[in-house]
Amino acid sequence: MDFSILIQVIVAGLATGGVYGLIALGFVLIYKATSVLNLAMGEFMTLGAFICFTALTIVHVPFWIAFAITVIFAILLGIAIEPLILRPLIGEPIISVIMVTIGLGAILRGLMYMIWNPTYRAFPQIFPPKPFNLGFAVVPSGLFWGFVFAVITTVLFIFIFKFSRTGVAMRATANDQQAALSMGVSVKKVFALSWSFGAIAAVIGGIVIGNISGINIYMGDVGLAVLSVIILGGLDSIGGAILGGFIVGILQNLAGLYIDPLVGGGAKDVAPFFIVLIILMIRPYGLFGKVIIERV
Amino acid sequence: MRCGDYKENYIKDEEIFQSRFVKFWLALFFIFLIVFPFIANAHMLYVSNIIGFAVIGAVGLNLLTGFTGQISLGHAAFVGVGAYASAILITRLGISFWLSIPLAGLVSALAGMIIGIPSLRVKGLYLCIATLAAQFIFGFIFVHWESMTKGITGIHIPPPQIGGFQFSTEKDFYWITLVFVVLGVGYARNLVRSKMGRAFVAIRDRDLAAEIIGINLFRYKLSAFAISSFYAGVSGALWVSFLKVVTPDHFPFTLCIQYLAMVIVGGLGSVIGSIFGAIFMTLIPEVLNVMAENAKNYMPGMEHLLIPFKDVVFGFLIVSFLIFEPRGLAEIWNRIKKFFTLWPFSY
Repeated sequence: MDFSILIQVIVAGLATGGVYGLIALGFVLIYKATSVLNLAMGEFMTLGAFICFTALTIVHVPFWIAFAITVIFAILLGIAIEPLILRPLIGEPIISVIMVTIGLGAILRGLMYMIWNPTYRAFPQIFPPKPFNLGFAVVPSGLFWGFVFAVITTVLFIFIFKFSRTGVAMRATANDQQAALSMGVSVKKVFALSWSFGAIAAVIGGIVIGNISGINIYMGDVGLAVLSVIILGGLDSIGGAILGGFIVGILQNLAGLYIDPLVGGGAKDVAPFFIVLIILMIRPYGLFGKVIIERV
Repeated sequence: MRCGDYKENYIKDEEIFQSRFVKFWLALFFIFLIVFPFIANAHMLYVSNIIGFAVIGAVGLNLLTGFTGQISLGHAAFVGVGAYASAILITRLGISFWLSIPLAGLVSALAGMIIGIPSLRVKGLYLCIATLAAQFIFGFIFVHWESMTKGITGIHIPPPQIGGFQFSTEKDFYWITLVFVVLGVGYARNLVRSKMGRAFVAIRDRDLAAEIIGINLFRYKLSAFAISSFYAGVSGALWVSFLKVVTPDHFPFTLCIQYLAMVIVGGLGSVIGSIFGAIFMTLIPEVLNVMAENAKNYMPGMEHLLIPFKDVVFGFLIVSFLIFEPRGLAEIWNRIKKFFTLWPFSY
């Protein structure tokens, strides 16, 4: 195997990993604050991509306005979902909470199918199409700009989380809900906000991925692959989500390079799930996740 | 007249048939099941076969998720393993259908135990993701292990037969399905009132407490996975023998959601609930089909919306049952029963 191909694949993996990290961040933000694993994340992504797509191609607005519309939509989605669907389930067993997000995903998927039929579409050109030459490797334009986008959003989220008042309130809630409540933090607001943040991360991820590989209603399956990222990094670790994103991105692309020829394609899509099983067997709480040990 | 729920000892409380009324109605129901194929048309029999397979699969999943509390997002994978195992055994090794069903169940149970291993270290969300991963890995294997599964072209399976008699029509297969459903439900109903069933419930309610009172978590969690997958495998094997073909497309992730929906809508931790759930969730697409047929006359083009509409209805049912009736149809059934037992003096 040519060495330059390897470099090329690793750089592509890094770029994909940035996007994975962003979506994983969406999972982690919601999980940290509300202890809910949102399995409808993939549908959030798809929805974001479709709304941006519609704004661009049917309403013909410039990209930045379409982007703003999508983000506002994500905020509203988060604010609506929390009181409608998740608040009634506080204190219910985990399976109910997981299933309700799966149910939500099914509803969204069905609605998207009805509104935008399942045909595959290419995303309109929003970034300059010229591939980006790094000297030692060439990155396709979509991947490069997607990476830039993902990194900017991620950094922004981390700053909000670390330094703003809202971010402190969110961290306090994640740490101890009752203590946060007694210190005057509105836990309800924080929950809704976490869902909004998670949804924003998802829709931006959706736009980026749609831009790289086109959109159809099944693109949300990537959301399930991103589960491997948060398992690797730890369900409640922001740093872990980002690092895990890069690792999974690279491993996935390497699997595409080395294992695909052996099994005849498809290894790239299934590799994240093998990673999940291996991590769960060796180190169930991931690289940086909070370790909860129960022994008899 | 009965005016309350009086039991004098625990044995009475554990009985399957709690009163003469139950026995009477159940007997009547059985007679109906036996008469049914003679009065029903082919499509109704087709649907009832599908319901039968769904009942077996849902009861299996309920044993794992409802009774033992181990969430499985990979039930379709085990259905698939059973289906492929029986198809390969029948077509490659020439084993008869009747032997291939239990063997398929065993192969599936083995797969379930392997996937169940993480459940010993992780639980809740983590286990849920592990089973999800298993679902996608098995899906990958079904497509890509072409020497065994023949990839996306699938395997054709001859109809089962006894002597010279071939079970080729829906009506013939109905009898096979009925026997397996009765066996499966009967076994599950007895299992949950045995030592093992009580151990399952103890693990669900608090696994650490269960371990302290002497329940071997390792053994019982893996047993739950094995039994549940066995059911799934049998269900899958019957299903593909009925369809006469097996392809990887039969076992998508949505099938897992469908099974979970059956279990939740029916009622977690209730055998009769999974039966209700399976019937309910299988009939809904049928009802939607009929509605779409009618709607076609008024609004052409509506029938294309049927597939996504099914998703919406499924999702909506899952969400609304979880929020408004978390114990499912079984609880509604209990309420109705209680109302009539004590009627007219329900206070």
